[in-house]
Amino acid sequence: MKKASWILCCGILYSTTLNAKTIKVGPHQEIADITTGLQKLSNGDTLIAEGGTYHEKNLVVDKSIVLIGINHPVLDGENKYENISVKADWVTVDGFTINNSGISSTVDYAGLKIYNRHNVTIRNNIFNDCFFGIYSQNCTNCTIKNNQLSAHQVQEQRSGNGIHCWKCDTMQIIGNTISGHRDGIYFEFVTHSIIWRNLSNGNLRYGLHFMFSSHDTYAVNIFENNGAGVSVMFSNHVHMFHNSFRENWGDGSYGLLLKEISDSYIDGNIFERNTSGIFMEGGSRIEMYKNTFRGNGWALKIQASCMDIKLKNNNFLGNTFDVGTNGSLVLNTFDYNYWDKYEGYDLNKDKIGDVPYRPVSMYSMIVEKNPPAMMLFHSLITTLLDKSEKVIPSLTPENLKDNHPLMKPLQL
Amino acid sequence: MIEAISISKKFGKLKALNNVSIVTGSGQSIALVGPNGCGKTTLIKCILGMVVPDSGTIKLKSESIATGWKYRSIIGYMPQVGRYPDQMKIGQVMDMLTDIRQSPSSIDEDLIKAFSLKGLYNKRMGTLSGGTMQKVSASIAFLFNPEILILDEPTAGLDPVASEALKEKIAAEKQKGKLFLITSHILSELEELATHIVYMQDGVIMLYKTMEALKVDTGENKLSRAIAQLMTKPAP
Amino acid sequence: MIKIVKYILLDILRNKIVLAYTIFLFAITFCVFSLEDNAEKGLLTLLNLILFIVPLVSIIFSTIYIYNSSEFIELLVSQPIKRKSIWLSLFTGLAGALSLAFIIGAGIPLLIYVRSVTGLMMIVNGVLISVIFASLAMVAAVRTRDKAKGIGFSILLWLFFSLVYDGLVLFLLFQFSDYPLEKAMIIISALNPIDLGRILILLKMDVSALMGYTGAVFKEFYGTEKGLFVSFSVMILWILLPLLYSLRKFNRKDL
Repeated sequence: MKKASWILCCGILYSTTLNAKTIKVGPHQEIADITTGLQKLSNGDTLIAEGGTYHEKNLVVDKSIVLIGINHPVLDGENKYENISVKADWVTVDGFTINNSGISSTVDYAGLKIYNRHNVTIRNNIFNDCFFGIYSQNCTNCTIKNNQLSAHQVQEQRSGNGIHCWKCDTMQIIGNTISGHRDGIYFEFVTHSIIWRNLSNGNLRYGLHFMFSSHDTYAVNIFENNGAGVSVMFSNHVHMFHNSFRENWGDGSYGLLLKEISDSYIDGNIFERNTSGIFMEGGSRIEMYKNTFRGNGWALKIQASCMDIKLKNNNFLGNTFDVGTNGSLVLNTFDYNYWDKYEGYDLNKDKIGDVPYRPVSMYSMIVEKNPPAMMLFHSLITTLLDKSEKVIPSLTPENLKDNHPLMKPLQL
Repeated sequence: MIEAISISKKFGKLKALNNVSIVTGSGQSIALVGPNGCGKTTLIKCILGMVVPDSGTIKLKSESIATGWKYRSIIGYMPQVGRYPDQMKIGQVMDMLTDIRQSPSSIDEDLIKAFSLKGLYNKRMGTLSGGTMQKVSASIAFLFNPEILILDEPTAGLDPVASEALKEKIAAEKQKGKLFLITSHILSELEELATHIVYMQDGVIMLYKTMEALKVDTGENKLSRAIAQLMTKPAP
Repeated sequence: MIKIVKYILLDILRNKIVLAYTIFLFAITFCVFSLEDNAEKGLLTLLNLILFIVPLVSIIFSTIYIYNSSEFIELLVSQPIKRKSIWLSLFTGLAGALSLAFIIGAGIPLLIYVRSVTGLMMIVNGVLISVIFASLAMVAAVRTRDKAKGIGFSILLWLFFSLVYDGLVLFLLFQFSDYPLEKAMIIISALNPIDLGRILILLKMDVSALMGYTGAVFKEFYGTEKGLFVSFSVMILWILLPLLYSLRKFNRKDL
């Protein structure tokens, strides 16, 4: 029975490959350019391009075919054209080098653009100095995998996003490396999608810019040294797992900026050396477990407009300020976290501190109310104020405290 | 040489000097006497520029001392109680002063020899007895061969031998025509040294006369008696 | 005058307190940098220490030293030396010895561990603050003959600049919180040498990013060559004004 089904499978495969055609193009082949090659193909066929440079101007792929580049053939957009326009479903573009797309302030030129399609796969390509890198609009179930995108613009206006998805569903953005673009990955109105194992560093604005996108997950990504960090706004049901937000240092930079986010999970992430690890505004019903905040200016800035934020089992290590807030009403809970600034004791040896920890320092409250007081940063008086506030709390929010601070950091 | 015209000085409410005027010439040896707190030391310090008078002018060789400082090179001063940096050794103090003054006139080490101070050069000032300290002060006052010598209680605390050596030195220098200004409570020794006498009381100079004139006026042969007579007489 | 400076400097350097101070600074700086894994954090710890200890030691030590030198001053005043030279020599000796102690104690470890503009800034500011507080000590010591009062006054001066002034600033900030005070803060910060030193050092460090808009306004001013010039001129004024005031007083002082 098993054998029979195997034979059947092979038979089906054989019959399909039988009908499909594969042609090669390249400087040493009969057909020298891809556009001519494409004309000879029909749905389900494969085109293999040899190494070399192709000047295809705007290459329009309007048949469901597989395009494979050997030795990364170069498609040069000469700073004028959109290198590849995908206008068919079930297209695969694999192994190309896509350079120098057009730059315009009115048209969103991209190295590769997918127009209202589904099941398109873009993988193993290298994008150099494109305006937008990979641009998908109104797409479903597309895979963008293992691409390398880099650009070298200095001004935000002259630079587009690395991977740009607009109004898409079930997208898979996996294992890409993006640097030097405006936003590394841009999501707007994208649902049920995953962003996994990407590295987004040195982009001009955000490593990840994420808006009006719900039911998405991003996990195991590294966002490093981007102009303003990562911004996730106006979305719900977002899952953020095991990402690293690092080195977003500068004025108005955040590891993760959260605005109007609800019903989301932020677990197992690392926030390291950011001006603010997380800045949260208007969030609700967010659960944060097992994150590590290390060496940030503010580990967490949580505005009074947030509610039902739960923080549990997080590590706070070597941050200048642990938590900053702007109001006295606190509807969030902190419990069972490790704070390296905790000075309490543990008499019953249950590894939980016996007195609560107040992560908001007096000075951070003062600065929040009166920003010019930043002039007194690291002065003797602020140190004394913080110490006295620890003994007799008066200005810091009464119920912003961790009732069960851990005595030892969690092994995360 | 010294002309002090209507000097007044107040310390808080206390009038230490009240309109004091005194003119001296070279070759004189003036004894400043008077009860404790009468303003002797203040007057000396005014001349030295250590105390700044509230009013009045002091001239030295017709030059006002208010603005100058070089005039002090012709003055040798021996304070009532010498105060020196505790850490320094006698030798270092001497060397330092010599170093700072770079006095062109010859250095006069007579007193250093007379007091045999050289043997103590390695002692720190902080460890010295009052008498030894006075010896050092006296030696320093004479060290640079000054034209004017101001000695505040010179023999207080000195042993008889040293005291005698100092008096001999004073007598010898007086012969060279130097101006001496000496305060002391031991009137007998002033009798030997002084040519003139100034008696002060409550910040005012009551009397400025030559010794002979004083003795004639009071009819007493001994200075101590003469002074005692002055002191019992009510102020005019 | 150079000769007097030489004698004073030798005397101060023989003093065990200055030696202890140097070793203390050296030990602390070394400890801070070997304990903190990251040089930036070490610098911050050191900044707090320097702004606390250096002014305190400088002003107290100088005040006590001046009182203890009263005999020396008296001896010199009766000599043919300008009072001005005596006083300035005393100041030069103190400022020189304290600066030397700071450069050896904190400067050398700083140069070893952080060879950056920030480290250099810290050394320059540490030296300036040492000198400024020596100059303030001259004021404290010339005002009264009473040693206890003089030392008390110098402690008050230190307390004022390191704590009370900032407290007043905080109070003012809340009183006038409806007004944009960032620009005014520049002037206010310049009126306290400790604040000025702290801000100059902070602006050279990464942490200045935490200072937000205030930091940006400060950086815009102090970050320029002109701003740097102005702030160092202010520091120099902080040395000169107290010194000249004390000199005036000393010239008329009865000894």
